[in-house]
Amino acid sequence: MIKNKITIAGSGGQGALSMGQMIAYAGLKEGLEATWLPSYGAEMRGGTANCSVIISEVEIPYPIVTEPDYCIVMNLPSLLKFESIVRPGGILIINSSMIPEKATREDLSVFYVPADEIAEEEKNPRGANMVLLGVYITIAGSIKEESIAAIIDKTFTGSKARFAESNKQLVTRGIEYGKNI
Amino acid sequence: MTKVLMKGNEVIAEAALRAGCRAFFGYPITPQNEIPEYFAREMPLRNGTFIQAESEIAAMNMVMGASASGARAMTSTSGPGYCLKLEALAAMTLTRLPAVVVVVMRNGPAFGTMNAAQEDYRMNGNGGYKVVTFAPSTIQEAADMTFEAFDIADQYRNPVVILADGMIGQMMGSVDFDKLPAKREHLPEKTWALHGRGQRNGKSEFLFIAEGKNHYQEKYDAETILYPEIKANETSVEIVDVEDADIVMCAYGTAARMCVAAVEAIGSEVKLGLIRPRTLWPFPYETFGQIGDPCKAIICPEINIIGQMIDDVRIASAGRWPVHHVGDSATGPLTPDGIIEKVKEVWKEMKV
Repeated sequence: MIKNKITIAGSGGQGALSMGQMIAYAGLKEGLEATWLPSYGAEMRGGTANCSVIISEVEIPYPIVTEPDYCIVMNLPSLLKFESIVRPGGILIINSSMIPEKATREDLSVFYVPADEIAEEEKNPRGANMVLLGVYITIAGSIKEESIAAIIDKTFTGSKARFAESNKQLVTRGIEYGKNI
Repeated sequence: MTKVLMKGNEVIAEAALRAGCRAFFGYPITPQNEIPEYFAREMPLRNGTFIQAESEIAAMNMVMGASASGARAMTSTSGPGYCLKLEALAAMTLTRLPAVVVVVMRNGPAFGTMNAAQEDYRMNGNGGYKVVTFAPSTIQEAADMTFEAFDIADQYRNPVVILADGMIGQMMGSVDFDKLPAKREHLPEKTWALHGRGQRNGKSEFLFIAEGKNHYQEKYDAETILYPEIKANETSVEIVDVEDADIVMCAYGTAARMCVAAVEAIGSEVKLGLIRPRTLWPFPYETFGQIGDPCKAIICPEINIIGQMIDDVRIASAGRWPVHHVGDSATGPLTPDGIIEKVKEVWKEMKV
């Protein structure tokens, strides 16, 4: 069966797309099928970026997520655009550092995460996406922290290697945060 | 090797390298830019040549030159660039030069939008010619088809086109390069290839029409020998449940994946079959003979308006069933929901 259909959205540079890639990489690493599809073209050039990620035990028929089980939004335009498409009963994770508004739907489980503040605390102000990734790992229970850690080590090499530890720490912080909300 | 997760465009480039492509010429355009980007990085490391040309026309003529020298050469583009490459592509069919042209389609006409689409099915250069045209539906298939395309081009001395929609280029999916098709054996030697100047014992002259035939002879042989041979050997299609289907869908690429999603959604209400051409030319006309008696209609979903492949589907149907188009709506590209709605509409009409 298909495990998770995920939509992740934010503004360009917040790391929505790379976060989605990491979930897909982790899924494949754990023996699942995975697809990742970015928005691109005019949409992306306007400043918002989003991606569809699917991890599944069976072959994935179609890679665009129209009704996500999990939706992670990193800025206000993303909340306004994507809240309505989440599957009834689905999960909405909101970066409350950037989004002061509350969700309006009552049929969703909504989690507010001050991801940028946590990233600032760890002195990695661009790492809010890793915090949200950690929260997703806890709530969904579909992929393991170790898989993400291995992927971070593989992704952050060379001049970027110094960010690997801090990113892993942020994922851990997100996982802890997810356990307590 | 195990499965890796890669973007379709990168998979196409890697498969080409594994097929021995060592000459790439291109000009940037969304949504295929990761192909030249990958070659720009990899060609110098793998003893190949990457050139970003000054235009699509130049790039395609460079492909022609590299091919005439015997190299496995390739270019990639999207619809607006494909128009510009057609003149040289048509010339290569006449001069019998192999090459692989990858077209990652976007929404037209002309510059259109950068959204994924299936708009270039009918695009042809001048004069009569045919080229094997692959339509990948998954990332693995994009790899397999690109790899095989170089062998097919060499085997028949005829260019091969990979017609991928933007979704295949942009999405990441799993691919296992150990599962590429076997390399074809006994490919003809490129005795015609140019390799160096006369005084160095090279072959420096290329006959514009291969083997000294005249123009009509070349085209006549293509019609009577080459194309029938390709049709017989290379037609490829996936057929799902057409024997007892109430409605058969015929779609390629991402639209075919949408059909699979539609079957999952309403397959229990309406018996749906699927014909998915893997080659658009040769088109699998004969496959339609396998459609069973219960079938009352054909639906042809395409990510465009009006429909393009639908003409071939009508020819294949030969009046036996009504053929319905479903495609982009007034608000955006075709979706699985659009197909589901069309199926319901046609099913309702059938039951009346």
